[in-house]
Amino acid sequence: MITLAHFLTLGAVLFCIAVAGIFINRKNVITLLMAIELMLLAVNTNFVAFSRFLGDPSGQVFVFFILTVAAAESAIGLAILVVLFRNRATINVTEIDSMKG
Amino acid sequence: MSFQLICFYAFAAVTVGAALAVISVRSPVHAALCLVLTFFSTACTWLLADAEFLAIALVLVYVGAVMVLFLFVVMMLDLDLDPLREGFVRALPVGLVVAVVMLVEMLGLIGVRTMQLPAPPEPAAAAGMSNTSWLANALFSQFLLPFEVAALILTVAIVAAIPLTLRHRVGVRTQDPGRQVRVKARDRVRIVKMAAEKPAMPADAGETTP
Repeated sequence: MITLAHFLTLGAVLFCIAVAGIFINRKNVITLLMAIELMLLAVNTNFVAFSRFLGDPSGQVFVFFILTVAAAESAIGLAILVVLFRNRATINVTEIDSMKG
Repeated sequence: MSFQLICFYAFAAVTVGAALAVISVRSPVHAALCLVLTFFSTACTWLLADAEFLAIALVLVYVGAVMVLFLFVVMMLDLDLDPLREGFVRALPVGLVVAVVMLVEMLGLIGVRTMQLPAPPEPAAAAGMSNTSWLANALFSQFLLPFEVAALILTVAIVAAIPLTLRHRVGVRTQDPGRQVRVKARDRVRIVKMAAEKPAMPADAGETTP
């Protein structure tokens, strides 16, 4: 019998893997974007699980919106990445410091 | 242990293994392919949670569109991987410690032991409809305005992404349909009035046009 704890644990594990990925791949923008996608996936898993176990469709509707926004986000993020690579010929985060922030 | 639980463990193990591969493999192309596997097996676990529509939407939208976009971009960029990988080993212990501590905290916070409640009967089937119509009933009545806003967000994303990557190169001969349409006949043909010439006259007597 699958319980709510199974899905929540899967979501937590996925989220922590994504956080570790952001920590250990700090220089590669592409891997950072992929880690963000993993985080969104973990959150979506939690939403789906709660929607199923509470019997409320709002959770699944919210996952629908998260998918929409994440698709828009990755499209714009990758467009920025292409422009960045065209102008600077690198995607190394440590070399992108022209704003001196 | 029921068959469903065995399936869940199998899909969850594939999900976690592929997610670990995403953050640890060297090549971004392999990482993107592992991310595809992660999405696919997560969609399988969503199927076990009776979220059929979202599982198929995840495969269609993410595996079919977003990951193909990722792969396109990764393959278009000519990456030098060595500088991107330096610091990987140095940051590995920190990342692992943070992740493990966070995982323990999260599992303690959500109270895994107390969340062992069995699944209620499937809400969509209890309402006498499929998961898709259950979701659509909520989406197109209660959440109609956010749905329209989501469409607007996607349009804005397209409008933003295309000018970002559009590049006007100089010195390239291409057709410009706007200028082709706007052209007038008097821009192309010049009619010059000139006096009639007699054929027997010398050539330098009359005005000639190129």
